[in-house]
Amino acid sequence: MTRKRRRLVLIGGALGVLAIAVALMLNAFRDSIVFFNSPSDVAEKRIAAGTRMRLGGLVKAGSLVRGDDLKIRFDVTDGNREIAVAYQGVLPDLFREGQGVVAEGALDGSGLFTADTILAKHDETYMPREVADALKKSGHWKDDYGPRAAMPAAGGGK
Amino acid sequence: MIAELGHYALMLAFGLALIQGSMPIVGARSDDPTLLSVAAPAALAQFVFVALSFGALAACYVTSDFSVLNVYENSNSAMPLMYRLTSIWGNHEGSMMLWVFILALFGALVAAFGGNLPVKLKANALAVQAWIAAAFQLFILTTSNPFLRIADAPLEGRDLNPILQDPGLAFHPPLLYLGYVGFSIAFSFAIAALLEGRIDAAWARWVRPWVLGAWMCLTLGIAGGSYWAYYELGWGGYWFWDPVENASLMPWLAGTALLHSAVVMEKRGALKVWTILLAILAFSLSLIGTFLVRSGVLTSVHVFATDPRRGIFILAILVAFIGGALVLYAWRAPLLKQGGLFAPISREGALVLNNLFLTCACATVFIGTLYPLALEALTGAKISVGPPFFNATFGPLFVPLLLAMPFGPLLGWKRGDLLGAAQRLTAGAFIAAVAIAAAFALQHGGPVLAPFGVGLALFVMVGALTDLAERTMIVRVPLGAALRRAAGLPRSAWGGAVAHFGIGVTLLGIVVVTAWGAERIAALKPGDTIELAHYRLSFDGLFNRPGPNYRDVVGRFTVRRTNGDELGVMEPSRRTFPARNMATTEAALMRRGVSQLYLSLGDPAPDGTVPVRLYFKPLVLLIWLGAVIMFVGGGLSLSDRRLRIGAPRPAKLPAALQAAE
Repeated sequence: MTRKRRRLVLIGGALGVLAIAVALMLNAFRDSIVFFNSPSDVAEKRIAAGTRMRLGGLVKAGSLVRGDDLKIRFDVTDGNREIAVAYQGVLPDLFREGQGVVAEGALDGSGLFTADTILAKHDETYMPREVADALKKSGHWKDDYGPRAAMPAAGGGK
Repeated sequence: MIAELGHYALMLAFGLALIQGSMPIVGARSDDPTLLSVAAPAALAQFVFVALSFGALAACYVTSDFSVLNVYENSNSAMPLMYRLTSIWGNHEGSMMLWVFILALFGALVAAFGGNLPVKLKANALAVQAWIAAAFQLFILTTSNPFLRIADAPLEGRDLNPILQDPGLAFHPPLLYLGYVGFSIAFSFAIAALLEGRIDAAWARWVRPWVLGAWMCLTLGIAGGSYWAYYELGWGGYWFWDPVENASLMPWLAGTALLHSAVVMEKRGALKVWTILLAILAFSLSLIGTFLVRSGVLTSVHVFATDPRRGIFILAILVAFIGGALVLYAWRAPLLKQGGLFAPISREGALVLNNLFLTCACATVFIGTLYPLALEALTGAKISVGPPFFNATFGPLFVPLLLAMPFGPLLGWKRGDLLGAAQRLTAGAFIAAVAIAAAFALQHGGPVLAPFGVGLALFVMVGALTDLAERTMIVRVPLGAALRRAAGLPRSAWGGAVAHFGIGVTLLGIVVVTAWGAERIAALKPGDTIELAHYRLSFDGLFNRPGPNYRDVVGRFTVRRTNGDELGVMEPSRRTFPARNMATTEAALMRRGVSQLYLSLGDPAPDGTVPVRLYFKPLVLLIWLGAVIMFVGGGLSLSDRRLRIGAPRPAKLPAALQAAE
């Protein structure tokens, strides 16, 4: 094989692998991307039942109902609209009424959101960023939701 | 006082870094030996002052000096000493200090032990290293000062985030940083070679130990982080394709590619330009990882920085170093001479294939991680790219790589014999086929692909053993002769085979636990039992147990086989930390061989029932054991005589007589 042909084989192989990678990615992007929505977004966009998505907002105070077999229902609100969520399983450590939550799942025909995943928060001041943005958009953001809010005034050194 | 000394030492280190970053470059341009000789002592002095600064911060943590804001926010005097020390890097400012400390340490190591390096290459590389150090030191001094004081010192600190109070976290960040920062050495050497406009095979020999060491630390760091997530987050997952995990995986993939291409460069003088590019990419991805994790563009437990100035500063560092390096590469790389011809079917060809698949896999992770950020910046739409994306892209790219892996070491340099290699792998293929058939026969209703995954893992493992068997000729010569051959094999040959074996072990663990793991979720009252995969657990009740800075509500479960043999007790708990009013889940693990039973508790309901998750994780420990084997393989390779002694010097120099150790 001449030097030129060897180089062609190499370049051809490289382009081949790259083409496979690109094809795999485009295919995966079509099927496996999940959009984030607040309850207002859901109402606005008229999202079809069965479309997988993430729903974020605050767990409405007083809406949490525990059933048998670890079944749970609660409402997610962004201040303007609410959506009822059903979930079965163990809740993350910091799931509380009045706190931010992100649920992944799909709406059923009756407008109930069936979640298969409830995303965990990592500490008491942490608010999922998507939820914070959605609350700011709907005008229901309060400054004490943010991190550092629990810091005493003496700590204002920076 | 100690905090102020630390702050001052960091400023002095910054000044030294500026000197170290400028004078040697001028010296290399003007052939001035005095200026060139500044590099090594400056690097050592810079390290001394950075170490003083880091030591000062550590002292503030150990003595619980809550008049220092950083200590107040992240520590608590009730915490055990170990967690007071790990709190240093459990926050943004401290973790940046650790980064700078390791950077200075590596610079000092190059300065101290790089005696056999060409003078100009060493001086230029140390200068580039100093630019990186100066950038990060300036970042700390201007936006993330850990030595700030509070006017009225509080009596007690706010505690470290409880899920970080864990032995796994003690070693995970330093290991990752050793890996990230280790690639900075390869980066500095690559830039130095480009500045000089010349590069040879010896370059690869100097850089390879650093890359290897960084890769080993990164491997162990990623595995440690994965095991931590597995037992601490309470849902039994070991890899989530979370952007923060991807941030550490990308440099690992690029570093693995670099490790292999450097072999070709060292042995055959080929792939020089490509190796330089990989060295730049591996460190660039480390920087991007730091940016993603620390800048606040992603939300996760690792995000400490909330100040937008910090994000912009790190972004500026990123653009300056990656952009600058790539521009320099585009400008200077054509100067470097190409060398070494090889046929497509050869050891070199196999290593090129390895590089292609690794970099493409790295690119898919990169795009999947950054696409949501780009889309949100451009259109405002919020999306998440989760495991389905990565499983559909990363997986298919890794399968051909793993299939080809056993062939590579069996092919000769320059021109290989594919048929001969295939014949030698007959045993591996046979064992894999038997395993596939056995897995199909034994499984009921598992995923169809799983038996093939088991087959692939065994093929990889037996392939690695075949490589060793071939080299020692254990099948063809008497045992004694084979053992002598084994002892005579270079350690790097052992290292490569062992690391490849480790990949197979990890793969086996992943496949088996994904396909045949079992899970039960139930709400239990004391006295209830729960059954899963030949095990029966009875819930004896809840009790309280105090800890140093937390209290536990412990559930006690007796574990039996379904035939009645008692195996022991498992005690998962809910741990509450009063300082932060926060609870964590402490899962209980019971090891059965390399499999595990995994039990975690949810919040007890008002009626006294406790939600529990019980998992059976078959062969799960192999996932991390494989990573440890890879680490050992890397260590064997690192201990190779060739790398310790380094490149031979030209015979004219009298110093050629003494080894460089």
